[in-house]
Amino acid sequence: MLSENLWFHNIYCFLYTGDTAISGCSNATGLLPESLNWMPYYIAGFSMVLVLINIFMAFGALYTYAERRLIGRFQSRVGPNRAGPFGILQPVADGIKLLTKESMIPDQADKPVYNLAPIIMLIPVILVVAVLPVGEGTFMTDLNIALLFAISITALTTIAIFMAGFSTGNRFAMLGAMRAVAQLISYEVPVVLSTVGIILLTGSLSLVDVVEAQAIPFILVQPLAFLIFIIGGSAEMNRTPFDTVEAESELIAGYHIEYGGMKFAMFQLAEYASVLINSAVITTLFLSGWEGPFSFIPSPIWFLLKMFFMAFCFIWIRATLPRLRMDQVMSFAWKFLLPLSLINIFVTAIEVLIFGVNGTFTQGDLWIISGINIIVSIIGIVIFSKILEIDSGFNTQFKVTV
Amino acid sequence: MNSELMTVNFGPQHPSTHGVFRLRITLDGETVVGLEPVFGYLHRGSEKLAEERTFTQVITLTDRMDYTSAMTNNQAYVLSCEKLMEVTPPVRAQYLRVISAELSRIASHLIGTGFLINDLGAFITPLMYCFRERERILELFEMLCGARITLTYMRVGGVFQDTPAEFWPALDSFLTDMEFHLDEYESLLTGNEILLSRTVGVSSITTDQALNASITGPILRATGFDWDLRTVDPYEVYNRVNFEVPTGENGDNYDRYLVRIKEMRQSLSIIKQCVEQIEPGKVRLDLPFLIRPDSGEAYGRVESPKGELGFYLISDGSISPYRCKVRPPSLINLTLLNEMIVGWKVADMIVTLGSLDFNMGEVDR
Amino acid sequence: MIRQLNSNEIIKLLGKDFDSQSIDESKNELYVSADQLTNVCSILKNTKQASFDLLTCISGVDYVEYFQVVYHLTSTIHKHSCVLKVNLFGRSDLVCPSVYKFWQGADFQEREIWDLLGIYFEGHPNMKRIFLWDGFEGHPLRRDYLESPR
Repeated sequence: MLSENLWFHNIYCFLYTGDTAISGCSNATGLLPESLNWMPYYIAGFSMVLVLINIFMAFGALYTYAERRLIGRFQSRVGPNRAGPFGILQPVADGIKLLTKESMIPDQADKPVYNLAPIIMLIPVILVVAVLPVGEGTFMTDLNIALLFAISITALTTIAIFMAGFSTGNRFAMLGAMRAVAQLISYEVPVVLSTVGIILLTGSLSLVDVVEAQAIPFILVQPLAFLIFIIGGSAEMNRTPFDTVEAESELIAGYHIEYGGMKFAMFQLAEYASVLINSAVITTLFLSGWEGPFSFIPSPIWFLLKMFFMAFCFIWIRATLPRLRMDQVMSFAWKFLLPLSLINIFVTAIEVLIFGVNGTFTQGDLWIISGINIIVSIIGIVIFSKILEIDSGFNTQFKVTV
Repeated sequence: MNSELMTVNFGPQHPSTHGVFRLRITLDGETVVGLEPVFGYLHRGSEKLAEERTFTQVITLTDRMDYTSAMTNNQAYVLSCEKLMEVTPPVRAQYLRVISAELSRIASHLIGTGFLINDLGAFITPLMYCFRERERILELFEMLCGARITLTYMRVGGVFQDTPAEFWPALDSFLTDMEFHLDEYESLLTGNEILLSRTVGVSSITTDQALNASITGPILRATGFDWDLRTVDPYEVYNRVNFEVPTGENGDNYDRYLVRIKEMRQSLSIIKQCVEQIEPGKVRLDLPFLIRPDSGEAYGRVESPKGELGFYLISDGSISPYRCKVRPPSLINLTLLNEMIVGWKVADMIVTLGSLDFNMGEVDR
Repeated sequence: MIRQLNSNEIIKLLGKDFDSQSIDESKNELYVSADQLTNVCSILKNTKQASFDLLTCISGVDYVEYFQVVYHLTSTIHKHSCVLKVNLFGRSDLVCPSVYKFWQGADFQEREIWDLLGIYFEGHPNMKRIFLWDGFEGHPLRRDYLESPR
């Protein structure tokens, strides 16, 4: 496994032998005595972790700038343009402002939980970076259950939101937390099920294998799963049209209403970084990751380009759509996304039975599968949107008699 | 399944209460089961202040009532003053008043529509779009009287001054652009699936309920009842222009939104007709600086963007009104708040508040 | 065009069986005593010829010697309007019957008059201050009200 991870291997070999040569460092004699062999190993590991996490956090900060600037354009206004050239230092200015704010804790708050919540919110976002293959041979670890890891670790944010909402003792925050628990857990189901089709096609849970299996991007092979993943993803990130958890016009800010200063900044950073992480996961699963049509552009650049394109789409959605009501959000998950994801699994499984030879597919087979799947998705979406409309739920309104 | 009831103070500092409105709501989970509106956070005692000022000075107070459509407030007040004094302003002044009042109506409805969609959760994109056009109306007002929000453009017996030369081309270009922008709003919003699923059927009231609760304006017309003071009791030059009174069907939030959009189109057509008909002339009667109406009383009313705005003026022959009672449409339109909101979800309550389009400056005065 | 009825027309609408002694005649408005207000409103609201279905405005006026409550009524069916006036004498414990049961639109307007002028409306389901807080002393729209005696 170590040999596949070129980035780590290079750093390790350099530290071990003091030579820039790439190959054959396992047989070479090290610079250091044998008792200190662990040192280059750990330094190489730490440097990689440091670089990746900092890059992602910096991108998260930069993304806040990009979002504000782009939404400014969408709304026919300018957006932040004062700090630095084109306002690019706005995240820095915000960071300084938030860091110097007084750390306020409400009297009725449960203090340990209140302080712990922003940390728990931020940790899963950082952890997912560990399994993302950013470029060819550029990843921290090729976990054999990477997909499962990424999905389950991001589900932890539910707990953070729940902790934040209930520990502050604010009623708006409590309403937000109640909504968060219901919504995030509901959307976890179709999101996980939508990835099953990819697992069937690749026969592996490793994200590196997933990227390598994409002879054609899985957005064509699994269009239904892609749609479900995008919708479920934006619901899990609390973005419009599913931002009922924060709902600034209803619950003002929802669960983080009582947070200020750096704790608030951590929530914001986690939220914005999670958009990037989600875009990265979508890139890996559906847009063939680091692979690109032109090889003269390095693979991490391809990855970043696709990731930022997905992030741009999320910003676009946020600037455009109004919000659904809570019960509509829930019925959409259970009555629309869930059956569609099951249909997707069913169809994909049959296709794998028919076309798969020892679990591998030729490019021609994949094109045929994508053709079938696109037709199935269109039919499925049309039928289930009609059912959603007829079935008590979406367009009819409920008034409770009191 | 019952859960413990929760009482939430909704406002006075809340982004969706359109000012400093406070609602004490009782929630069962997400459902509103009880509601009590609390007013008065913006109460400035305008009616008391009016008793200490001259008749002309009171116009500045009316600007600060419904600050999103100061023109119609001015119009209602000066109309009641003219009714009290039994004078009629010059025809050109009447045309200018109608043009500026209709511009004010468009500005107010733009704010109403924008904030309704904002309350629906569409970040603030539609609001910014609406403000983009409102900005041009404010620029037109600036040409007319130098102010943008608190206008004080109208005077007893006419208007403050004749239009400057640059006003008419600017108005023309605004009228052409606004048609296009209204189409733009409709293409973005009217058929939107989320907007439909959030507003159709929510908080609907019947015509009888609305009339019984003295509700007027777009909310009454959304129930399907054709009642617009501009047609049933035409004042100024409204009987010289042709326009329709748009009505809804169900009296729900969606119909209120649609009625406002359609009214903006009708306002544009009214302004166009006025621009064609208006002729040069005097814009103001030669009244004395300090007006002293004979003792008596008058109730003048206009169709403001929010509903019927009336001024009940009593004069005792002095330079200031003895009593200046305002009939605030925003306040009275909130009468059915309980019937509209109780039983719906919190999210629906926000949308209903947005669709009622009230203005706290006028509610509390 | 909405036509304003004069007092003779209103009296005609009220019918013969109505006790006309309690009614003062005047030009454009009808003076009603506080006791008779409920009956008058009931007839004006419910009879077919009158059918005043829209209560436009309720105003309270302080004339120092007496208080006056003015009702502006409009009929959307016949397109006519009328003005009713109720005089209340004295400066404390003023009571006027509420018209809430005929027009729900009286709700906030009556509360406002109670708040600012101190006329209590009997029969109103929620008669408490609307703009000022509950512990506020006095009624600021009265002519003799001074916030702080100078």
